[in-house]
Amino acid sequence: MTTMAETMDYDEVVARFDPVLGLEVHVELSTATKMFCGCATTFGAEPNTQVCPTCLGLPGSLPVVNGAAVESAIRIGLALNCDISPWCRFARKNYFYPDMPKNFQTSQYDEPIAFEGWMDVELADGDTVRVGIERAHMEEDTGKSLHVGGADGRIHGASHSLLDYNRAGVPLIEIVTKPIEGVGDRAPEVARAYVTALRDLLRALQVSDVRMDQGSLRCDANVSLRPVGTTEFGTRTETKNVNSLRSVERAVRYEMTRQAAVLAGGGEIVQETRHFDEGSQTTSAGRRKETAEDYRYFPEPDLVPIAPSADWVARLRETLPEKPAELRKRIQQEWQLSDAELRDLLNAGAVEVIAATVQAGATPDEARSWWVSYLAQQANTRGVELAELPIGPAQVAKVIALVNAGELTNKLAREVIDGVLAGEGEPAEVVAARGLAVVSDDSALTAAVDEALAAQPDVADKIRAGKVQAAGAIVGAVMKATKGQADAKRVRELILERCS
Amino acid sequence: MPSISRAEVAHLARLARLAVTEEELDTFAGQLDVIVSSVATVNEVAAEDIPPTSHAVPLTNVFRDDVVREGLTNEQALACAPAAEDGRFQVPRILGEEQ
Amino acid sequence: MTEPTDSAALTRLTAAELAARIHAGEISAERVTQAHLNRISEVDGAVHAFLHVDTEGALDAARAVDAELAAGKQPRSALAGVPLALKDVFTTNGVPTTCGSRILDGWIPPYDATVTRKLREAGVVILGKANMDEFAMGSSTENSAFGPTRNPWDHDRIPGGSGGGSAASLAAFEAPLAVGTDTGGSIRQPAAVTGTVGVKPTYGGVSRYGLVAFSSSLDQGGPCARTVLDAALLHEVIGGHDPLDSTSIDAAVPPVVAAARQGADGDLRGVRVGVVTEFAGEGYQPGVLSSFHAAVETLRGLGAEVVEVSCPNFEHALPAYYLINPSEASSNLARFDAMRYGLRVGENGASAEEVMSATREAGFGAEVKRRIMLGTFALSSGYYDAYYGQAQKVRTLVSRDFAAAFERVDVLVSPTTPTTAFPIGERVDDPMAMYRADLCTVPVNLAGNAAISVPSGLSDEDGLPVGLQVMAPAMADERMYRVGAAFEAARDAAQGGSLVLGCPSVPGTVEPQGSGA
Repeated sequence: MTTMAETMDYDEVVARFDPVLGLEVHVELSTATKMFCGCATTFGAEPNTQVCPTCLGLPGSLPVVNGAAVESAIRIGLALNCDISPWCRFARKNYFYPDMPKNFQTSQYDEPIAFEGWMDVELADGDTVRVGIERAHMEEDTGKSLHVGGADGRIHGASHSLLDYNRAGVPLIEIVTKPIEGVGDRAPEVARAYVTALRDLLRALQVSDVRMDQGSLRCDANVSLRPVGTTEFGTRTETKNVNSLRSVERAVRYEMTRQAAVLAGGGEIVQETRHFDEGSQTTSAGRRKETAEDYRYFPEPDLVPIAPSADWVARLRETLPEKPAELRKRIQQEWQLSDAELRDLLNAGAVEVIAATVQAGATPDEARSWWVSYLAQQANTRGVELAELPIGPAQVAKVIALVNAGELTNKLAREVIDGVLAGEGEPAEVVAARGLAVVSDDSALTAAVDEALAAQPDVADKIRAGKVQAAGAIVGAVMKATKGQADAKRVRELILERCS
Repeated sequence: MPSISRAEVAHLARLARLAVTEEELDTFAGQLDVIVSSVATVNEVAAEDIPPTSHAVPLTNVFRDDVVREGLTNEQALACAPAAEDGRFQVPRILGEEQ
Repeated sequence: MTEPTDSAALTRLTAAELAARIHAGEISAERVTQAHLNRISEVDGAVHAFLHVDTEGALDAARAVDAELAAGKQPRSALAGVPLALKDVFTTNGVPTTCGSRILDGWIPPYDATVTRKLREAGVVILGKANMDEFAMGSSTENSAFGPTRNPWDHDRIPGGSGGGSAASLAAFEAPLAVGTDTGGSIRQPAAVTGTVGVKPTYGGVSRYGLVAFSSSLDQGGPCARTVLDAALLHEVIGGHDPLDSTSIDAAVPPVVAAARQGADGDLRGVRVGVVTEFAGEGYQPGVLSSFHAAVETLRGLGAEVVEVSCPNFEHALPAYYLINPSEASSNLARFDAMRYGLRVGENGASAEEVMSATREAGFGAEVKRRIMLGTFALSSGYYDAYYGQAQKVRTLVSRDFAAAFERVDVLVSPTTPTTAFPIGERVDDPMAMYRADLCTVPVNLAGNAAISVPSGLSDEDGLPVGLQVMAPAMADERMYRVGAAFEAARDAAQGGSLVLGCPSVPGTVEPQGSGA
C-alpha cells in the first residue's frame, strides 16, 4: 500500500536529491554440471534428483572446481573489460541457512577472478552511460525452499518448509558495479538499461540462459540518496526479488521516492535488505537481524588456488563474440536498415535475438519477420521483452528451417511456436506431440483425394474431361479435410493422377 | 590481550548456533580466555613480510571436466533425513530472511 | 612353516604373514577374519576399540577373497584377505559412521570414502569402525560420545587420540591393520602410547574424499600397523591420486614398501639424521627422553650420521595449530544442523534456527563445542588478522624451518609425544595440558610433510611404550620408512622381538617356529 506520506513525487525527488546506484547481478551459468560436483543443472527436474554427497553437504564430501565454469567466468570478465586475476582463491562465507547444505557458501571474497572493468550502456535516446564494474566473482547457488502453511508461499506464517537441493551448487557469477553516480532522474532507466545490456552481453557469450523469470539472472538493486550538490553517499538499501527488467526500473524508482519521503520528513534511512513486491510494485523491509552478520570469511582449504596463465586468458579472449555496439553497426549495414529502423528494432529489444536467429541459420529477413510480428505480439500480450519469451533464437531458427523444408506451413509454424511458448518442449517435440507436420504421405493423401472426388462427382468429371482448373475445388476440400496440414502442391498432382 | 567476556561468548554461541547453557557460558568464557592467551604468542613471531600459508601443498588449477556424473537417487538423498515430504527435506519453519 | 592352529595365535601374526599364508592357500581369509572377530568379542568389552563391528560384511568380504583365490586368480593386492579396523571418520556405504559423535548417531552414509573404496577393491577385510575422539578432536579418545577406549597396556590409561580405537585394536590384537587420520598427531601419538606403528603420509598423499573433515588443511589419513612393513603395505593400498579430492597429489605413491624392506637390512650408512633440539627439556618425561636418546644411539650404530638441528619456530607450532584447527572445524562442523541428516531435537513448534541450536547443543560434546567457539572467535571480524591470519604466517615459518633442516639432513627425529600414556581422566578438565600431547607432532601437519612413529622402547618410570618420530620431506615418505624399518629391526633384534608382544593383553601362546603345539 502506498500512501502520500510514504513516497515523494518523483519530480520533487530528483529536484532535491541525487541518487547513487549499485547493482549486483547474479548469473547462473549454463554449464552441464554444478560448480563443485558432477550433478546436472537441468532446470525443472524432480526435487532432489540432481544431488550427490558434495552438493548435499554430506559429511566427508569434497568440492572439485568445474573448469568450464572458470572459463565462463574469465570470458565474462574479459567481455566486461576487467583485469583477470593471475592468482585467486575461493573463500568460505559462513552463515547458517537451511537452503545452504554446508552452512557456508563457497564463494570468492577479497580475491575475485575478475575486477576493475566497465560496460557502455546505451539508453533509449541513443545516449551512452559508462558503468564501472567493480568485480565479477564465482560462487555457488543455494537450494530452494518451499514454505508450507503460510500465505502465498511466503516465509512468514509458514508452518514448515520443504527443501530441494537441485539448485544447490549451480555455478553463479556475481557481477558488482561501482557506484553509479550523476545520472539524476534517469537512474531507474539506467538501472534497467544496464541489466538489459548485461543480459544481452551474457547471452552473446552463451554462458547463461539469462532468464529472469526462471532466476538464472537475478538483480539486487542498491539505492541511496544524497542532497543535490553534496558528495557524501547516503545510507543505502538493498532491494531483492527483482524478477524482470521492468521491475529493476520500478524498484529503483520506488525506492528513490520512498527514501526521499523519509529523508524529507527528517527521518533516517535504515541500512537493510528490502523485498520488491511485484503485485504492489513497492518494496518492504525484511526482518531486522538481531545481530550484525559476521561471515567469518577464510580461504577455502578444500580447493587449491586458481592461477589462469596469460596464455589461457589470451585464448579465451579470442572466443569473445562481437561487442553489442559493433554488432549493431555491422547488422545495420548487412540488413540495410535506416537509422530509424535500427532504433525501432533496438527499442523493441529485437536486434540481439534476430542476430542470434540469423547465426542459428535463418536469413535476416525471415528472422526479422518472425520477431517483429508474431513473436512481438506474443511478448506484448505477456507483457515481457522479446528476449524474455520462453522461446529462444535457436528454436525460432529451427521453426523457420522446418517451414523452408516444406514440413510446416506458416500457419502450422505459428502453432509450433505457441507450443514452445506453452512449455511443450522443442519445436520437433511440439510438431510430434500436436501432430502438426504437413501431410505429404501419399497413401493418406490419396485416400483424402479419392474421398473428395467421390463427394463431388461432377467436378471429378470436369477434371477427367480436361478442365484442369476445376481441380482447385478438390484441393480446397482436401485441405479442409486435413485441417490445412496437407502439402497443397502434392494434393494437386495426386488429383490429376487419379483423374487421368 | 582481550579477556573474553560472557557477553562475547554468548555472541559467539549465537554465530555458531549453539544453545549454550548459562553454566557453559561461564565455563567457556574461562577456558577460551586461557586458550586465547596461550596462543597469543603467535602474535609475537610472525612479521608483516611473512606470507600466510593456507594450503599445505603448492597446487594450483585443479579442475574437473564439465561432465555429468551419477549422483544419488531421491530415495538415497532422503534416506537419512530427519523428516521428508514430497521428495523434499522437511524442516521446521524458517525465521530468518534468505541471504 | 607351522600352521597356527588356534584362533588366538592367528591374531598374533603380522599383516604380511597373514597375507602370505592366505595367498599361499594355507589358511582361508574367512578363518583369519573369524579369528579376529572372535578376539574382538573376547576383549573389546574391556578395550572398546570398536564402535561398530560389521561381522557379516567382514565375513562376506573374506569369502569373496577366498573364492577368487580358489578360482586360481591372483590376489587383488598384497593385503587381500587381511582384516582391518577403519577409523569411524571414514564414510562406509551402508555401514554406520558416527565420528564418535551423538550428532551422527544412526547415520548410514550412502557412499564410500575413497579410502574405503580402495580397501574394498584391494580385498582388505573391514572388520568394523574404530572408536575415536568426537570428530577427531582430542588426544585421548575420552571425547568419544560412546565412551572411551582403554589402553591395552593398562586399562586405566588412555590409548592416545584421536585414533585411540585404531591403535588399541592393534595393541589388543583385534586387528593386524588399521586406518587412522592425523590432523595434529592423531595417528602418531596413539601409536606411540600403544607400542604400535603409525604413519602420517605427506598431505595429499591419501585422499580425503569421504574423510569427515575436522581441519581440512591438516587432516590426512594414514596407515596404522604393528610393524613398519605392514604400514608400508597398507600405505600403498590407500595412497595415490584421487580426482575427487582437489588437494590430492597427482603423482605415484612413494616407494614405501621397497624402502621398508631396504631398511630392514639395517644399514643406514650415508643417511643423515637430524635431532630436533627444541623437542626436549621441560614437560618431557625422563623415561621418554632416555628411550629417545637410546634410539638415536641405535641409529648411529646402524651407520647414520647424526647431527643436531634447530627448528626455532617449532615452539610456535602448537599455538598456531590450536588456532587453525578450531577455525576450520567451526566451519566444517556447521553442516551438522539437523536439517538433512543426523540428530534432530527440540522440534515442538520451534523454528529451524532454534532446532539447529538445540540439536548442536545436545549433539556435540564439550570439546567440540569448545573448539567451535574458539574457531568462531578466531575467524570473527576484528580478530581474524591477529589470530587466524597470524597462525597462517607461523605455518610459513614452520615450513621454512623444515626446508632449511632438510637441506642439511635426510630425516628429522624426535620423541613422538612428551609423555607416555596418562591416566584416564587426568587431563579432561585442563584443555591446555591435553593439547600439549601434540607438541612434537603438529609441526609436520602445519607444513604438510610426512612422519612416522615407531616404538622405541618402554619408559623407565612406568614401563609404558615410547614412540620415536621420524620426519621426512613432503613426497619423500620412503625415507622415514627406511629409517623406521632399520630402527625397528635393530630394536627387535636387541630386545628379542617386537615391543607390542610385551603388551599384557597379548593373546594365546606363541609357539616358536617348528616347535609344534
